[in-house]
Amino acid sequence: MSSYQTDALISEDIDAYLEQHQHKSLLRFITCGSVDDGKSTLIGRLLYDSKMIFEDQLAALEADSKRVGTQGQDIDFALLVDGLAAEREQGITIDVAYRFFTTEKRKFIVADTPGHEQYTRNMVTGASTADLAIILIDARKGVLTQTKRHSYLAHLIGIRNIVLAVNKMDLVDYDVLRYDHIVEDYRCFARDIGIADFTAIPISGFKGDNITTLSPNTPWYTGKTLIEHLENVQLDVTSDRQKPFRLPVQWVNRPNLDFRGFAGQIISGVVGVGDAVRILPSGKTSAVSRIVTLDGDLDMAVAGQSVTICLTDEIDCSRGDVIAASENPPQAADQFESNLVWMAEDAMIPGRAYWLKLATQTVSATIQPPKYQVNVNTMEHLAAKTLDLNAIGVAEITTDRAIVFEPYADNRALGGFILIDKLTNATVAAGMLNFSLRRAQNVHWQAIDISREAHAQQKGQSPKLLWFTGLSGSGKSTIANLVEKKLYALGRHSFLLDGDNVRHGLNKDLGFTDTDRIENIRRVGEVAKLMTDAGLIVLTAFISPFRAERDMVRAMMPVGEFLEIFIDTPLEEAERRDVKGLYKKARSGALKNFTGIDSPYEAPEMPEIHVDTTRMSPEDAAELIVEQVVGIWSPDL
Amino acid sequence: MLHNLTHLERLEAESIHVMREVVSEADKPVMLYSVGKDSAVMLHLARKAFYPSPPPFPLLHVDTTWKFRAMYELREKAARDAGMELLVWQNPEALERGINPFDHGPLHTDMWKTEGLKQALDHYGFDVAFGGARRDEEKSRAKERVFSFRSANHRWDPKNQRPELWNLYNARKAKGESIRVFPISNWTELDIWQYIQLNQIEIVPLYFSAPRPTFEYQGGLFMADDMERLERVMGRRPEIVERSIRFRTLGCFPLTGAVESEATTLNDVIREMLLTTSSERQGRVIDKDGGDASMEKKKQEGYF
Repeated sequence: MSSYQTDALISEDIDAYLEQHQHKSLLRFITCGSVDDGKSTLIGRLLYDSKMIFEDQLAALEADSKRVGTQGQDIDFALLVDGLAAEREQGITIDVAYRFFTTEKRKFIVADTPGHEQYTRNMVTGASTADLAIILIDARKGVLTQTKRHSYLAHLIGIRNIVLAVNKMDLVDYDVLRYDHIVEDYRCFARDIGIADFTAIPISGFKGDNITTLSPNTPWYTGKTLIEHLENVQLDVTSDRQKPFRLPVQWVNRPNLDFRGFAGQIISGVVGVGDAVRILPSGKTSAVSRIVTLDGDLDMAVAGQSVTICLTDEIDCSRGDVIAASENPPQAADQFESNLVWMAEDAMIPGRAYWLKLATQTVSATIQPPKYQVNVNTMEHLAAKTLDLNAIGVAEITTDRAIVFEPYADNRALGGFILIDKLTNATVAAGMLNFSLRRAQNVHWQAIDISREAHAQQKGQSPKLLWFTGLSGSGKSTIANLVEKKLYALGRHSFLLDGDNVRHGLNKDLGFTDTDRIENIRRVGEVAKLMTDAGLIVLTAFISPFRAERDMVRAMMPVGEFLEIFIDTPLEEAERRDVKGLYKKARSGALKNFTGIDSPYEAPEMPEIHVDTTRMSPEDAAELIVEQVVGIWSPDL
Repeated sequence: MLHNLTHLERLEAESIHVMREVVSEADKPVMLYSVGKDSAVMLHLARKAFYPSPPPFPLLHVDTTWKFRAMYELREKAARDAGMELLVWQNPEALERGINPFDHGPLHTDMWKTEGLKQALDHYGFDVAFGGARRDEEKSRAKERVFSFRSANHRWDPKNQRPELWNLYNARKAKGESIRVFPISNWTELDIWQYIQLNQIEIVPLYFSAPRPTFEYQGGLFMADDMERLERVMGRRPEIVERSIRFRTLGCFPLTGAVESEATTLNDVIREMLLTTSSERQGRVIDKDGGDASMEKKKQEGYF
């Protein structure tokens, strides 16, 4: 049995051993491949060879191997790592298991990830923290569909170091032609999906060939053993340090009034005391005054460290903000193209709001229907309306406010995110941002010196939005007109946005489908809001049939400025009046999607003002509205 | 000037990150504190994570009344040094029924620890509990997430764990549900020892060898920490032999097997650990009762 540990050093000079161990680096890797390719056996072998298995465990292992093992009287290494009872019964690996071993040069964390298609999400989970992936191939079977899927996933997650371990060489009599054929096969496939480079090694996890020492059974192989390769490959954390400084703020540390520190883990770059920094998304600048730790202040800190930073200025900065190198900050945006891996039994629902967590930011996000789904077996792009469990696709994502980000390819920690179901709290998807769609990063909010308060003050009034809603022909426009005349007579500054008029200009591209009706109201809401910013009293007369959209406009406005006025005319009455002859057309089928006929009207539940037109003339209604509105305004009358 | 981060520095940074995420997202977190070496490391990491503030959560010791006396002594001191509140919970029903490891076997662990922990979390209304479990300890632990979700009945469903990607932890839950968080999931026993050494963290002296009164019981070697109590419960005075012993893990003194050893310093202990041929939990009776999947079963039922 070979061993990575120097027993002699441990027993003779423990100080020297510990000194050596203390300076070891850490490599995290995943093993993946198809069912029965021997993943668990390989890991069991690595642990066994590194003496991470103790006598009591070994005794249990030998007994188990005879009882439930699949290797006859030999030791079944897979039993070491298949930890859950369900797995041992079924002889398969169903979840990610993390294992640890160490050699003279490095400490290793292995994620053992399952080969079954239905557990793709676990493989992505294991891969997300890995520096390297070992793709196992059964030398008897060659490159399989699952080999391709796992390679694609590893590449998608951004693992740059790929090892192709051609396993079970003992079962093909260490045949070099067989090995060359498999490597060539894989090379063609790898090139197709953009894997530029990989390292191939012929091994037997079961027999131990080329794991720690070069095997006499494969004299034709002159490369490194698997362990040698793992010990020498370059780490991702080393390259993260070359990138610009970024620290997502996790927690603001305020033990007393004299101390305010920003705690977080540095995801890239280097920071030193005195460095100029910029807080995102606000864009405010400051400088680092201290880097505080329990063991004393530091002069500098690097990517990977968890630190607490103090700034020279009292500026606004809280959880979710990113402290970055001032001359090279990341950007903020609210609309992205993203890769998505769907991980929940419930399929993705386009348009539904999910929580999106990226670094320390959590926002509400909606997903557009996928642009395409990737067939992970053939890499073809397929049309898709949604993404099911384990599906991978590309879709646009919109967040309810701008988030600080970088493309995943540039910075994993500012480009990778998870989606959380708002109802069940389940983690439903993993995503990787490709780029922002809207050039939101170039459209900053311009600070305006004349505020909305100043505009209103100049006009001697409080801005209001009087939102008239009701069926076609209910009398909205008539009554709104009368109200505006009365306001004008009172010296008020107002403007009436009428549904029909707006549809001739601003919204002439919109029809009467549900989607277009929603967009119609959204635009009117935004325009009305700008007008109230200018200090005006805005009146709108739109059918606005859906409660959700009226509430959306209400939510845009400062509290108390939105007044919903329900012009309540029963359908029969409106149809009897039929001022524009539209009901007749709709009934004859010449007009589609007509509210009240073949499109629903959702009456307001608690309007600020309710006008029953069967009991009140338009003139009386207008009087009532002005009275109520003026009443609300009484402070400045 | 700036060296590459060592594996211990990376592990430390990861653990601190996890603790800060919990404090930012939990309503009422607590740190489970067992006074063992892993708890000592956890407490030290918490002090580092929130310095200069004291860690913004209390310590909770779910006590069985059968711990070693030296553990009770260090418990008070450690909490005081960290400036943290210490809560101690003893299952009132177990106390009343006089549950002990000799007469009650597996029920001892079930009532004092599993039930006791659930009671304490419900009593104080903690929604997130830090635990010092490590993935290298035991097979089912190797598959547990860092943020391990528990139902309102404190049950763990190993087949339905939330995927955990990058360092993004989902701490959302419904009312009544809770999360156990394991910040040192990725540490090994050697990492723990080396960290204790590098940071000069105080640990219970029982980890170091000294002449101590011992007795043999069911093939194991145990320390007679409280002779009167032992005699009362065992119904006889066990035969005491003074031996040079120490402990690799610490739990209830009648359930924690000692090893004969001459290791009196941290370096000795680490050397012994590296050259040893039996696993850390071997001295623990608890993992084996109930057969092969015993720990997995206990965890499903709400054991820490």
